[in-house]
Order: sequence, then structure tokens, then C-alpha cells
Amino acid sequence: MIELQDVAYSYGGGALLSGISMTLASGSFHFLTGPSGAGKTTFLKLCYGDLLASSGQVSVFGQDARGMDRDDIARLRRRIGVVHQDCQFLDHLSVAENVALPLGVSGKDARTEMQNLTDLLGWVGMSKQMDALPPSLSGGERQRAALARAVIMDPEIIIADEPTGNVDWEMSLRLLTLLVELNRMGKTVLVATHDLNLIRAAKAEVAARVLRIANGDIQLAGADL
Amino acid sequence: MSRLRDFWLILRGDPEADRVVPPTGFTVRLTFFSSSAMAFLAVFALALSFATGRLADRWGSELARSSTIRISAPAGQVEQQVQATLRVLETTPGVSETRVLGEDEQRALLEPWFGPDLPLDSLPIPRMVEVIEAGDGYDSEGLRLRLRAEVPGAVLDDHTRWRRPLIRAADRLRLLGWVSIGLIGAAMAAMITLAAQSALSANAQVIRVLRLVGARDVYIARAFVRRFTLRAFLGALTGTILGVLAVVLLPSASAEGGFLTGLGFQGSHWLWPLAVPLLAAVVAFWATRLAAFHALRELM
Repeated sequence: MIELQDVAYSYGGGALLSGISMTLASGSFHFLTGPSGAGKTTFLKLCYGDLLASSGQVSVFGQDARGMDRDDIARLRRRIGVVHQDCQFLDHLSVAENVALPLGVSGKDARTEMQNLTDLLGWVGMSKQMDALPPSLSGGERQRAALARAVIMDPEIIIADEPTGNVDWEMSLRLLTLLVELNRMGKTVLVATHDLNLIRAAKAEVAARVLRIANGDIQLAGADL
Repeated sequence: MSRLRDFWLILRGDPEADRVVPPTGFTVRLTFFSSSAMAFLAVFALALSFATGRLADRWGSELARSSTIRISAPAGQVEQQVQATLRVLETTPGVSETRVLGEDEQRALLEPWFGPDLPLDSLPIPRMVEVIEAGDGYDSEGLRLRLRAEVPGAVLDDHTRWRRPLIRAADRLRLLGWVSIGLIGAAMAAMITLAAQSALSANAQVIRVLRLVGARDVYIARAFVRRFTLRAFLGALTGTILGVLAVVLLPSASAEGGFLTGLGFQGSHWLWPLAVPLLAAVVAFWATRLAAFHALRELM
């Protein structure tokens, strides 16, 4: 589903990632961990086409990212749900409008998808806040709304960048439960986090693989977590 | 086809897409004001072009069909030479009408320079014969030679000498009017581009979010293009209405201006200002579209 072959990414003259080769199979659950500044976010951006590799090949759904034009990348993003640590909402739109945003930009009528939207907000526990504006939400509510937006297009891959970075442990577990549910529905899930406790909690629920990124390289982590 | 589709989508509107991009007050005012001011000026430039066009046509056609023969002779021979001139004209092909100007008409012609109490009888004023051409006109060189032989005091003035530079000047003024309209359009495009770029920069975060959720550039650009096109249209409509009112309220110069013409519109030319808001919308559409796609490429 996502395949990297000898991928390198340089930034500001220095190599942030180098010689990375790996495959994220369909339906898999991966955690990506490592110290701050190690390149977790860069790796995720390479996976959803926000950055292009300096060298090597990144293939998503069998398509080489280098051969994609801007419209191809836009279409790719509709098949990949992305959750950011800072959520990236439009603050002048309500929660429901933000969650429905991917429908609008892909030409679907949000009104005909209203039931789907309501169900989705109910699934993430945000039914009561659907008319609220994002600045009035708590950290956990923002993350759950961001997750709802990421999955409204029924994407095949969910990528989450530090989704539990700004929430308490209880909310972290709640978000993890939602991600595990999505994985059980057949979605490929890739979560970047520095929270090892979250990874340990997840391992009890799902067969997650852990990738550790350090010194520009990615290694499969062992049982030492 | 995609351009036409974009234009149709702009006319039809999409309230949901419009809500995605929050309006920025500064660019609203800049676009509205600049398109109003430019439309106001464009109406005047149009009026100038049409007025000078009319002037050129009038000088070109009316004066081209008429010429004058001036007869200067000693007092006792004037009437004799006038009659001889008329006889020559009667046998000249291409002359449809001749008329000897009366004393009142000559006094009226001289009044602006010598005042109303001009004693014509006591002055050696030459007599004037107006000649109106027929069809392709007459051979002015041939007529001149015949008059020189038969009427020594008669001089033909076919107005060519002073008419040509006047027509040329009027044509240049008309051209200047159209060039002004072009420059006004270019200035408006530049201002709208500036406003659009400013709006795009102010909404960089919105663009990032839209891209994150899979928006194509054309979707993002359309949200800006629609807004700027409508603003420019409404601004230009306001400016056009004010410009037309100003032209209507201009004092008329046609009665006193003699061979001049009033700065304004006549007949079907009144419909031309209606094109100004539409042209402003087209200019805004392209200026914003180009600015948006350029900015979106830069924001990659």
C-alpha cells in the first residue's frame, strides 16, 4: 500500500532521512516512534505526498509519488485520512462543517451525507459539539473531531501525527480505541508518537508493529519497548 | 470548456465553498474601490472616444462636402465676378449646389472677431460662394485653373489644408481614449491581482487545510476567483452608474460650441457603459485566477 525504496530526504543541506526501505501492508497497524526532530513528521509527509523524497522512490497505492501532479496528490489525499497534532481546523467553521470539508472539496454534497456525518460525530463522541467552533473545544475534542474529518471519506489509510500529544491519558486511550476500531475495519493505520505507554497499551489490543526512527534511519523495534 | 465551466460555477455560486474562505476586509475595500474608480474613469474615456469620433466624422464628412470660393475685386466688379463664378460652377461636373452668402451670414461669420455693429458696406469684405459637392466631388485643381483664367479675383478654398490636421487630431484623441481604457483595464487588473495575492497570503492556513483534505488547486482558486469577480463587478457597476450620471450632468456645449461636440454619449453609444462592469468582471476573473494559481504553485 505504501512502499519506500532507498528513500532519502535532505533539509537545509543535511540528510534528515537516508536509505529507508520499507512497506506498509494493507490493513496493518504501525507505530512510528523516536526522539523529537528525528524526522517522524517528515516520514509521514513523504507517505501522504506533502513532501517529495530527495532520492529513492515512494509508492502509494502503486503510484510513484514523483510522477504525480498536484491534482493526483489531491486525489491521493482523499484516500488517506491525516490527523495532525495541531488538528488544522478552519476556526470560522463549525465542527460539523470542518468534518464535512473533505466531502465539499471532492465534489460530494455534504447535505446528502448528513446521516453519515451525524453517525461519525456520534462515533467519536462529538454529537453535542457539532455546531461549536474549534477554538471552543478542548484538546481531546479537537483530536476526535480531526479523526472524524480524517475518516469521513472512508479512506484506506489513516495517518496520525502525535494525536495524543495534547491530551490526558484517559483521552489518549479513547483515541487509541478509535484507531484500533478503524484498523479492525480494515484500514491501514500509521501513528507517529513518542508516548511508549500508548504503544504498550495498543499492543494489548492489536498486532501493531513499531518502527523506531533515529539518526536518519528507521528500524523495526524489538520487544524492549 | 473548463474555463467556461469555471465562469458558470462563479455565476451560479456555491455558498458552502464560499464559506470556506473567510473574507478579509482590506481586500474587499481595495477591490471594490479600485474597480469603482476605474469604471468611473473608463466611462469618461469612453465618452471622450465617442465624442472625438463624432468630431472627426463630422469634420471629415461635412467639411469634405463643402468648399468656399472667396471673391476679392474692386467695388464695381464684385457682382460681375460673382456671376462669372456661378457660371463657371454651373458647368463644373461634381458640383451639386452653389450659394452666395448673404450679408447677414457674412456678418455672423465676422461677428466673433469684429463685434455686432460691423459696417460691412464700408469695408472691402470679399464675397463668399459656398460650393456643395455631388457624388465623387469635383476636380479642385481643374476648377482652380478655370477660375484663375475666367475670374481673376476668385480663390477656391476646399478646406483641405486645415481640415486634415483637425481630423488627424480628432482621430488621435479617439485613439487616446481607447488607449486610456486599455490602461485603466491594466491598472484595475494590477490592483485586483495585488488584492488577490494579499488575500491568498492572509489565507495561507486555510489553503494548507484545504490541501490536507484533498482540495485541488482549481477548487481553492475558484473560492477566491468568485469572490473577487463579484466584488469587481459590483464595484464597477457602482462606478459606471456614477460615471454615467456625471456625463449626463455635464453642461451641454453643442449649442454654443458651434462645430465642437458635447462630451457624452449619443444614441446607441449609451449602451456601451453597460459593458464596463462586465469587462471589469472578466478582468477580475482572469487577474485573480492567474494570481491564485501562481500563489498556489508558490505555496507548494
